[in-house]
Amino acid sequence: MADGQVMKRAKYKSSVKDPGVPGVLKMTRERLVFMPNDPNSSRKLNVEFRMIKGHKFTKEGSSKQALLNLTQDQGGNYIFEFDSFADRDICREFVAAAIAFHGETGKATSEKPAAPLQDEQLSTAEMEHRIKLLQEDNELQRLHKQFVIGGILTEAEFWATRKKLLDQNDRRRPKQRVALKNEMWSVKPFSDGQSNRVTFNLTPEIIHQIFAEKPAVRQAYLKFVPNKMSEKEFWTKYSRAEYLHSTKNVVAAAAEAAEDEELAVFLKQDDMLANEARRKIRRVDPTLDMEADVGDDYIHLPDRGLIREESKDAIDAQYEPYRRYFSQDLNQHAAVVLQGRVVDVELGDTRSVAEALTRTKQAELANEVSEGNFEKDLSHRISRMTEIEDLQGPRDPAVAPLCIKDPRDYFDSQQANALKALGDAGSGAKTFKCNVSSLEAYGSLREFVSEIRVTGLSEPITNPEVSFKVLSGLTQNISSTKYHLGKNPHESVLDSLPKVTKEDLLHHWTSIQELLKHFWSSYPITTKYLYTKVTRLKDAMSQVYPKLQEIKESVQSDFRHQVSLLVHPMLQALDAAFAHYDADVQKRSAKSGERPNGFV
Amino acid sequence: MKFQIEDVTVYFPYDNIYPEQYAYMVELKRALDAKGHCLLEMPTGTGKTIALLSLITSYTLSKPSNPVKLLYCTRTVHEMEKTLAELKLLHNYQLQHLGPSARMLALGLSSRKNLCINPSVVSAENRDSVDAACRKLTSSWVRAMAIENPNVPTCPFFENYEKAASDAVLPPGVYTLQDLRAFGKEKGWCPYFLARHMVQFANVVVYSYQYLLDPKVAGIISKEMQRESVVVFDEAHNIDNVCIEALSVSVRSQTLEGATRNLNRMSQEIDRLKATDAGRLRAEYNRLVEGLAQRGNLPIGDTWFANPALPDDILKEAVPGNIRRAEHFLSVLRRLIQYFKGRLQTENVEKEGPVSFVASINAHVGIDQKMLRFCYDRLHSLMLTLEITDTDEFLHIQTICDLATLVGTYTRGFSIIIEPFDERMPHIPDPVLQLCCHDASLAIKPVFERFQSVVITSGTLSPIDLYPRLLNFNPVVSQSFTMSLTRDCICPMVLTRGSDQLPVSTKYDLRSDPGVEKNYGKLLLEMVSVVPDGIVCFFVSYSYMDGIVNSWHESGFLKEIMQHKLVFIETQDVVETTLALDNYRRACDIGRGAVFFSVARGKVAEGIDFDRHYGRLVIMFGVPFQYTLSRILLARLEYLRETFQIKEGDFLTFDALRQAAQCVGRVIRSKADYGMMIFADKRYSRHDKRSKLPGWILSHLRDAHLNLSTDMAVHIAREFLRKMAQPYDKTGAMGKKTLLSQEDLQKTGNGIQEMLF
Repeated sequence: MADGQVMKRAKYKSSVKDPGVPGVLKMTRERLVFMPNDPNSSRKLNVEFRMIKGHKFTKEGSSKQALLNLTQDQGGNYIFEFDSFADRDICREFVAAAIAFHGETGKATSEKPAAPLQDEQLSTAEMEHRIKLLQEDNELQRLHKQFVIGGILTEAEFWATRKKLLDQNDRRRPKQRVALKNEMWSVKPFSDGQSNRVTFNLTPEIIHQIFAEKPAVRQAYLKFVPNKMSEKEFWTKYSRAEYLHSTKNVVAAAAEAAEDEELAVFLKQDDMLANEARRKIRRVDPTLDMEADVGDDYIHLPDRGLIREESKDAIDAQYEPYRRYFSQDLNQHAAVVLQGRVVDVELGDTRSVAEALTRTKQAELANEVSEGNFEKDLSHRISRMTEIEDLQGPRDPAVAPLCIKDPRDYFDSQQANALKALGDAGSGAKTFKCNVSSLEAYGSLREFVSEIRVTGLSEPITNPEVSFKVLSGLTQNISSTKYHLGKNPHESVLDSLPKVTKEDLLHHWTSIQELLKHFWSSYPITTKYLYTKVTRLKDAMSQVYPKLQEIKESVQSDFRHQVSLLVHPMLQALDAAFAHYDADVQKRSAKSGERPNGFV
Repeated sequence: MKFQIEDVTVYFPYDNIYPEQYAYMVELKRALDAKGHCLLEMPTGTGKTIALLSLITSYTLSKPSNPVKLLYCTRTVHEMEKTLAELKLLHNYQLQHLGPSARMLALGLSSRKNLCINPSVVSAENRDSVDAACRKLTSSWVRAMAIENPNVPTCPFFENYEKAASDAVLPPGVYTLQDLRAFGKEKGWCPYFLARHMVQFANVVVYSYQYLLDPKVAGIISKEMQRESVVVFDEAHNIDNVCIEALSVSVRSQTLEGATRNLNRMSQEIDRLKATDAGRLRAEYNRLVEGLAQRGNLPIGDTWFANPALPDDILKEAVPGNIRRAEHFLSVLRRLIQYFKGRLQTENVEKEGPVSFVASINAHVGIDQKMLRFCYDRLHSLMLTLEITDTDEFLHIQTICDLATLVGTYTRGFSIIIEPFDERMPHIPDPVLQLCCHDASLAIKPVFERFQSVVITSGTLSPIDLYPRLLNFNPVVSQSFTMSLTRDCICPMVLTRGSDQLPVSTKYDLRSDPGVEKNYGKLLLEMVSVVPDGIVCFFVSYSYMDGIVNSWHESGFLKEIMQHKLVFIETQDVVETTLALDNYRRACDIGRGAVFFSVARGKVAEGIDFDRHYGRLVIMFGVPFQYTLSRILLARLEYLRETFQIKEGDFLTFDALRQAAQCVGRVIRSKADYGMMIFADKRYSRHDKRSKLPGWILSHLRDAHLNLSTDMAVHIAREFLRKMAQPYDKTGAMGKKTLLSQEDLQKTGNGIQEMLF
């Protein structure tokens, strides 16, 4: 949270109508400070985020101001106007994060200022992500508070062991991507009626659409801008070409194109599209492929057969490249919308949008080349399609890969099922008894591996029946473990304990786990940094040790046995860690005797 | 399932069968037993193809001593692929139940363009350039040259195929075009020539209509088929048009210019040959004295389109003496072209019969009927002698010779029409001379004569008594089947009024009325918001579609439609249309939903299915009449009236309605499927129009649905969709079985017939 501050130019307003005082808005995790440009102005602000309870903002639109309205705890609000929506959005996100942070974890952080952080530069997004994770997971938050804020672990260390969590969560919940608008850019120019001027409106969204639908324009942009012409000239030229097309005067278009070769690029038919079409047609479902008929139908030879009633209107061949069919645009538009937003780039930067689109096209091409299974898939699909559905009896459902998002959740929820199955089975947990020597197991594993090497992975990889059996076995086992642990003495051990004790135990358990994780991952000690870390951890652990003893003693005698049973493994784990630590220190000091240049 | 029809055990690859499929098979078997032709109409969506395939293959299996060969003709290559996919399913089933004895060879046959695997050849742009590129590598003289000079390129696949000689065979199985290519690649053999060769031995051949109907093609490909074959024309409702087109030729001024260029090049070649190898020309002359240019014993790489006239009409005579010499023949062709040029300069529309046309040629340039008739074969022989490989450059002169041969062969059933400009664009001179065939029976006659059973089948053959007259044959079975429905899964409606209660129509006077365009737009807009997944719209013509879509775009309808669904449109460019269709399907697959704009009589209407979620609603905007001012159509109508006493109006309505029925029929594939059909034109409510729709549509067209406005149609659509979403009993209720299992068939035996009808 070192980088947790944002500074933007903004105007502070008392109401929406108020012209506002220009100045600089600076926000940190704790507070927002507004400094007017005019140092004499009295409209300074210095507000803690704790006091802010909500925020509102204006919708993005051309005519609206970029406003952000922060609502105060005791009523009253602060309105800021920003120069651009982009600035506003950054601030808005920051504010949202800050408010949320203070709302839930506020107490933790406001009591103690965040632990000093080392050399870690975090982007706002990353930080927000972490905050979000903390907010969502109570346990994590408590650990974070205990260790990071308590100074035992650094922020970086804390998160380093949770890299997977950070990544995974990113992937698991991808930002919802907005589809392209299914709206064709109408080439209706706005004319003011008096002069001959014609105005076109282009927004980043429209430009993106143009680039996606017309690869030739995209290519021309990358080629011409900014070396040959400026961005503005480029779009003026493009608009001119569109205007010419909208007049549907092919001859005029051809004449203009002859004079201006850059304009001609826009006026001509899109070669890249044609090439792409030729490429795609080879991969089209053969039961749709009408192009194949043209190659087969002997009647479609020139001059053979009857003249079709529909003849294209006669037009000189020289103008043909300048013709544009609306239907073509329509199809291309729908195809692009169907494909969806393929690039994930800020729309404002025209050049990067163009480049990103070009890259995705190339990637697509490469994929198509490498795709070997395509023909097989296609024929499989066709054979499925040809079947008449209701004549065929019900068929086995297709095999789908199993995906359990949250195993704990899943197994907990399966408890009832598992118990029922157990109930059917009669007595308690059934153990799969397998007497396999390690040699045998190794042998069979090797066999499998070599088989896979020869035949490749078959689809599905494992027999669905076997997988199902394993899954239900696991479900029963895991889900019922929890049950049995508790139920064997007819009640869960933990549940029978006083609430305070239970929570304490659980808390210690997780914190010990965390500490041990860090502790063991620090070995072998190769740097001084690790050494200090281990020392720190050891100290923390030794603090926990007596606490556990305390718990053991504090409980009533009837629970003592059970608690000590629970605490025992924790103590054991800690003891092991201590033993390792001591041994290491001894080894180290022995070594350092020989080698004075050692780390210690 | 497996069941008995009289003495034949039928293997059917599904667990259940529709009663009408069973009835269809029974009728088909009768026709096969009688060794006669038959005409069968069965609604789309009842599994016609699989019923047909499984009966005929089972018939063959049950009579191993006298196996019949199946020649299955489809209109398009993608239908060929669909048929082969069904056949594959069937074949797998039969193999499972009968073992190796059920093995058969089935393959699809197409042109080089679709089968070639030589990358340098197949990259050529169209079919003709692929053909020519192939000839450049595979002609016998090119290969002879390559033996002497290793720098002459040849096709490795063809060479390998030739080297393998009699070993080059396809193992039994079902081969789609894709499979053929894959097999060719694997073995290094040319799939095109391999397939052409294997056609003789195959049990089932699936190919395009033209391979049997167009004498130019049939002469090479289908001439070796044995008489004991069953020929099936699937989706044959347009078969008369295909027949007519096969024998029609048109000539424009560009054709004549091109032909002149061809002649110049040929005379140069002749001069060169005279200087270098005069013996070759002399040898040709001697051969012509003896008889026709020999076909049949040519190397396979040299085959050529055969004579455009039908085999029985070609005289077995020697080529007339005055065109035997190459120079003389060229000068005859030059005179003929000169004559055509003169005729094209006319300012009025001219129409005449072949007899007077031939007489006029003879009077003006002194070419008699016999010389005309031999033009094509003489040209063919000359081009072989001159060793011309870039045949695609010589299409123009071939067209001229086609026309000459046809006009010299036939005296009736044809007419010559010369138009100085297109009727609709009188200011642009575009003279064209057309030889139009009016008699559909001419082209199909040899097929009926050569093969013992010809099956003509389609979802729309109404009125079924018209086809035997048009095609001039006597079917032993002529049957129209109805559809037994488990539930009312089709919902046809006639929409006569728009949302403002004013009539809608594409009649000439209402066509460009903005009110009608608006009403049509409103109808579609309402429907896209109600109907899930795919909607297909058919318009009466490309120009009408372009016009109305543009005006919808300008008035903002299109934008509103796009709020609900993606919009795709058929264009005259097949590549683009194919990709649009592919995207359309994808949009329906992912649930985005889409609308497809298409044209009745267009390529999409001809053969693309919009079954299941690909088409929950079809809207037919207008009645797809032919362009009635077309001279060709008028000439044909006149011929029909004189020869068959068919009234013009009746024929036009029949033709329009069969197209409309075909368009909307693409929406149903099985009884589990459902779909709505809207006929949006007030003319459909008239009895004389409506009654020409096939029975299976009419039987579901309720009286209450005959005169609807947009709001009522939307209401009905909502109700219908809600009803269809309910679970139902697939086997049929109310005492009527619509899905039969093996036990049902065994129990009732032949009583099914009575149960159905």
